[in-house]
Amino acid sequence: MHLPLLPAASAALAATLLLSACASGTGGAGGDALSLYSGRSENLVQPLIERFEKESGIQVEVRYGNTAEMAALLLEEGENSPADVFLSQDAGALGALSDAGLFEKLPVDVTEAIPAGFTSTDQSWVGITGRARVIAYDPHRLGESQVPDSVDAFTEPEWAGRFGIAPGNASFQAFVTAYRVLRGEEAADRWLAGIAANDPQIFDNNVAILSAVNDGALEAGLLNHYYWYRLAEETGVDNMRAQLQFPQPGDPGSIVNVTGAGKLATSDQDDNALALIAYLTSEGAQQYFVDEVHEYPLVETVAAPDGLPPLESLVNPQLDLADLASLSETQELLAKHGLL
Amino acid sequence: MTVQMKRSGAASRVGRPPLGLAATGLAVAALAVIPLAYLIVRSAEAGSSAAAALLRPRVIELLMNSVMLAAAVGAACLVLGTASGWVLARTRLPLRAAWLVLATLPLAVPSYLAAYGWLVAVPTLSGFWPSWLVLTMACTPYVTLPVATALRSSSGQLEAVARSLGRAPLHVFATVTWPRIAPSALAGVLIAVLYSLSDFGAVAMLRFQTLTWGIHSAYSSSFDRTLAALLSVVLVLLAVVVVVVERRLRRQVPTAPSRSPAPTVPLRWSLTPLLAALVAVPVLGVAIPMAGLGTRLFQAETLRQVDVEGLLVATGSTLALGAAAAVLTVLLSLPVATLAARYSGRLVGLVESLSFVGLALPGIVVGLSLVFFTLAVAPALYQGVAALVFAYAVLFLPRAVGSVRAGLALVPGRLLDVSRSLGVGSIRSWIRVTVPLALPSLGVGACLVAISTAKELPATLLLRPTGISTLATELWARTEVAEFGAAAPYAAMLVLVAAVPALLLSRGATSRRELP
Repeated sequence: MHLPLLPAASAALAATLLLSACASGTGGAGGDALSLYSGRSENLVQPLIERFEKESGIQVEVRYGNTAEMAALLLEEGENSPADVFLSQDAGALGALSDAGLFEKLPVDVTEAIPAGFTSTDQSWVGITGRARVIAYDPHRLGESQVPDSVDAFTEPEWAGRFGIAPGNASFQAFVTAYRVLRGEEAADRWLAGIAANDPQIFDNNVAILSAVNDGALEAGLLNHYYWYRLAEETGVDNMRAQLQFPQPGDPGSIVNVTGAGKLATSDQDDNALALIAYLTSEGAQQYFVDEVHEYPLVETVAAPDGLPPLESLVNPQLDLADLASLSETQELLAKHGLL
Repeated sequence: MTVQMKRSGAASRVGRPPLGLAATGLAVAALAVIPLAYLIVRSAEAGSSAAAALLRPRVIELLMNSVMLAAAVGAACLVLGTASGWVLARTRLPLRAAWLVLATLPLAVPSYLAAYGWLVAVPTLSGFWPSWLVLTMACTPYVTLPVATALRSSSGQLEAVARSLGRAPLHVFATVTWPRIAPSALAGVLIAVLYSLSDFGAVAMLRFQTLTWGIHSAYSSSFDRTLAALLSVVLVLLAVVVVVVERRLRRQVPTAPSRSPAPTVPLRWSLTPLLAALVAVPVLGVAIPMAGLGTRLFQAETLRQVDVEGLLVATGSTLALGAAAAVLTVLLSLPVATLAARYSGRLVGLVESLSFVGLALPGIVVGLSLVFFTLAVAPALYQGVAALVFAYAVLFLPRAVGSVRAGLALVPGRLLDVSRSLGVGSIRSWIRVTVPLALPSLGVGACLVAISTAKELPATLLLRPTGISTLATELWARTEVAEFGAAAPYAAMLVLVAAVPALLLSRGATSRRELP
């Protein structure tokens, strides 16, 4: 325990210097590399970035974190941000950055590749992949006929206390916004009142809901389809206890959330940044997302992953998923019913 | 007797501190207040809507949940930690060294891992009690270790005298033992309470909605930094109340250092509840969650792909960052701890209390505040190693201050007087007399900081140099996409790495402090 103070201090100093050297070493060309802030995980994104680097000769330095933290970081950095491109897991974060004036509009040839409803309305960012809202259920406890094909079923008394939601999660809030747009404010208010009165199990995020269903701790839950495929990769499809039900076409529960990317206004590498964003919407990258991540491609020439209903069959309301004013009304509604 | 003890005893807190020391202490406290300054800037943006945002029933509910959880965890840690510490220090326990290690080990398990492990074992866990359980087990060592150390460094003769006078054991404990260990125990409880207030990892997994849940939800769904800041200010105010209460409860202990060994009690049936406390903490805090993690490991398809090089690199940077943060934090804690140990007065109280603020705040808030601070003050250092290490120092200063203060307080003030009377200057006296004697407690502080640094995630994600990964960030990157198998080696290595300073800590608690 008798740590001699001086040697300990010099060892720590040496360690720090070494680490600093490593840090600048990974930067490679240092200031020349394109800086990408990724709100999507390294294991999924890095292989694609490496392909891009090889094909384009542009070096990319990626900073990984979760979408909310990266968005908060970018807002905090403001004009001093070293980032060139932001890759986000949900449209809400892109809307927040766009609202704060941190994005620079993208050229039409980048944005026109993605159909309306799945991308920004003002070209401030572009949609890259889609995630369908689904109902995950535990087949050990629910027969197929007992699984609702509409989110409206969860306000019925028989479902009291038996289902899970993540009301603080961006994807759930986008779905509630869709409900408001599709069915009107009154209906959305009634639905949330019914849900709140039905004693829902509250979770922090989609992964937690899925784990609970898969471990037999929860009968059903509302989440994005993508998480099921991630977990199936991990445990093997045959070992998955939780199963997915896609709500019937036309149900507000069947909207598609999008992931997307935008270019920071502070970027000093416009061409390279645009090259990266264009690459993410290219057929090659879209096919990568289909094959490796099981997400919906948003480019029409690439087919959806096997086993998923076609994108056209899911509700695609005339909805701006990044509209913060609308998001804030949704949050007020959730707060009114004590869910947020 | 009391009078005599005070005289022969350690530092009594008198008088005004020298100007230089006070200024240095204030400067360090100012660093610790950076997050608070940031929160005030951000909260001010809310203007008049602040009250409406804070007085919502939802916020009141989150507040009550935070208070209940922190209070319950604090109380449980006090009971379990005092019982465990007493058994470790005062009974003829076979394999004492091994038990000490076991009692320390929960520190090495991050609360998010413990919660995850429990959920694998019992998937239906949710709400208050499971959160309480996980956090209590994670924090009990913060009480056990200082209590064991305090008991080993007091002779126990007074207890023997009291017992010989016919006092019942519990009465002896309450009137003789407790007053001596109270400052150490309460300092540990303070850490446990503030840790519970700031924790998000465990409560998120176990679905108990506290203020940190509200803060994260403000960031992640509304991208609303103002609301997050307002809620964080509430956490800070709670922390201030806790710190003030702890300062009121903590009294100066009369120490009576002695070379005579402490009498030990043979193990007997009546001690069963105390032994149960000692056994329960490592079982519930380490064995069950780690077993849960282990079972998930064998179900995983991603288990095969262990990237040895990546694992080693992340281990290296975790160790380096931990060591650097430990040294910097302990150095910064010295002026604050010296002030707190040797002097009294409003200023001293203020400096010490301020240094604790960071501990009640979730890592994401402290991380963002340092992004703000670094960009404003030293943009060249932004996303550099130095700024990250500095962030760890701000986050974990209180952990170091607590133990360093306890160590300095035990150094008899008369030794300094002797040194000075021999014509040695006060700073040199302090370096040559006080620091060597307090070295073990500096080591304890350094170990606590190193463990916390290894486990830290949110601030690391925000502030790390691009391309640098720690074990915690690598673990997060894999669990985020449900690759539990690939995550397992990182989880195991993280617990292992954090166990190293934990082992040193347990050795620190066994070595009997001998003072002249």
